[in-house]
Amino acid sequence: MNWSDALIQFQYDLGAPQELSWLIEGITYFIGAFILANAALVLALLLIWITRKVVSRIQDRIGPNRVGRYGLFQTVADAVKLLSKEDITPSTADKVSYLIAPVLAVMGVLMALAVIPFGAGLVGADLNVGVLYLVALGSIGIMAALMAGWGSNNKYALLAGFRVVAQLLSYEIPMVLAMLAPVLLVGTMSMQGISQAQSLYLGPINLGLGWFIFLLPGAFLIYFISALAEAEQTPFDLLEAESELIAGFHIEYSGMKFAMFFLAQFLNSFFLGAIAVVLFLGGWQGPFAGQIPLLGPIYFLAKTFFVYVVIQWVKGTFPRVRVDQMMSFAWKVLVPLVLALILAQMIIMKLPTPMWLNYILVLVANLAVVVAVLNILGKYFQREQVRSKRAFEPKSLIGVMQPARPASGD
Amino acid sequence: MPELPFELPPLPTIQQVIFVMIAILTVLGALVVVLARNLFHSALGLVTAFFGAAGVYVVAEAEFIGVSQVLVYVGAISTLITFAIMLTRGMMFGATSPRNRQSGTAAMITILIFLVLTALVGAIPWPQAGEPIVEGQAIIAGLGRSFVNEYVVPFQLLAMLLLVALAGAIVLARDRK
Repeated sequence: MNWSDALIQFQYDLGAPQELSWLIEGITYFIGAFILANAALVLALLLIWITRKVVSRIQDRIGPNRVGRYGLFQTVADAVKLLSKEDITPSTADKVSYLIAPVLAVMGVLMALAVIPFGAGLVGADLNVGVLYLVALGSIGIMAALMAGWGSNNKYALLAGFRVVAQLLSYEIPMVLAMLAPVLLVGTMSMQGISQAQSLYLGPINLGLGWFIFLLPGAFLIYFISALAEAEQTPFDLLEAESELIAGFHIEYSGMKFAMFFLAQFLNSFFLGAIAVVLFLGGWQGPFAGQIPLLGPIYFLAKTFFVYVVIQWVKGTFPRVRVDQMMSFAWKVLVPLVLALILAQMIIMKLPTPMWLNYILVLVANLAVVVAVLNILGKYFQREQVRSKRAFEPKSLIGVMQPARPASGD
Repeated sequence: MPELPFELPPLPTIQQVIFVMIAILTVLGALVVVLARNLFHSALGLVTAFFGAAGVYVVAEAEFIGVSQVLVYVGAISTLITFAIMLTRGMMFGATSPRNRQSGTAAMITILIFLVLTALVGAIPWPQAGEPIVEGQAIIAGLGRSFVNEYVVPFQLLAMLLLVALAGAIVLARDRK
């Protein structure tokens, strides 16, 4: 049963007149949107706490532990502090774009909630173009960053704005193409349809373990890397590279307006994780999710939080990449690989061979992509390591130093 | 309830109300494009108008076109335009007058085009959809099928055009040494 139908029925049971059906539908969707939007804002407090805890554990620190149990209310305290800060608008800023940008940033992220299926029948609007809708939302974030960068009237903010566009546009392409892989497999763009397709029946019982990551690990890897870049997370957090850009496109923002960008970024990484869960990790599917519907949202949230923690783990582990590395990795590695992958998958799915053989071939193609990505990254890191070691050696020795040779005659 | 001496017009449906709101937003955005003193504001107005057009599509239950509108126009074309404006020094700050001696002529031509289009929309008997749309059935599936059947040649030609544009951009941008 769909949540909106249930809520509408509930209102009729309370004695709402049938003639006002449009009003009742409006109230229903308003309630749904209200709950989702507010839950997301509360969720952000939790996400920031998780980030700080994970990163501090990696760095051998304890992290926030003073306000509330386990420091859970640290973010609330921070939010109160941000609220009490002076709300500065630079006098030379372009008022319109400066003021709209933070709102737009949060709006673009929150709108993703509309199509995320939290459980069977628990999806705001099951659009039949759901995946495309999510892709389109990314462009709002780009606009917001551009408006913030330009509107602040600050050259660092403007430079960061250019970087945002370059990075987000570049990584949007591999991300969208990787999202296409499960869509091609299922034949629908509806998020709920993709979730439902990842069931695995053992007799009559739905084990819910037919996750696409087992079939499409290559697409998942490319999606995950691109999502890191889209969420502006380390190693792709060039947009707020403090040593180069001071703070990024939100340098001129203070108080709650700054907090909005912060909020948008954290929610964005969480939602990109949620999309990864829906597309590759089975969504709300899991053992016995079919029998006990309440398990669906629990599975979904557990998986999403897991992906979020992995993103923070990456954040605590890797150094930031350079701009040229970021761009060439997107255009010279990810895009060709994902194009080849999609093409291979399309051809394989149309082969007249039996279905199981097709699936195995798709898996082989995906594994090849994984190997290729890891290979390229490994080789690159090796070369960079040698190069940076050379850079620190005394100049006079470069070209003279030879590897130690065993003395002849022994 | 006492009888009214005149007949009340029928209440607008919720779709009509939403449509009018979106239409006002779109027109306001379009007006900002031509009237704003700052070129960047014009670009923002254009984005608003694009969003409004996407909203109209969604109200007409053509979600695919609506989403594509946002993806292509807001995501790609507006970003391109904004970038072009931001990279053109001198245009970034300070007012540029949107008016010149041709604005009267332009307004007349615009009004004429508007009148002709309105007359055309009213005069043409638009074809109705052959079969009703089934709830939950993907319309895009039919769209995709017609791309690879009836319209395969135009579709491929468009792809070719984009490829040529891409190659051209690379040739233009490459360092000539």
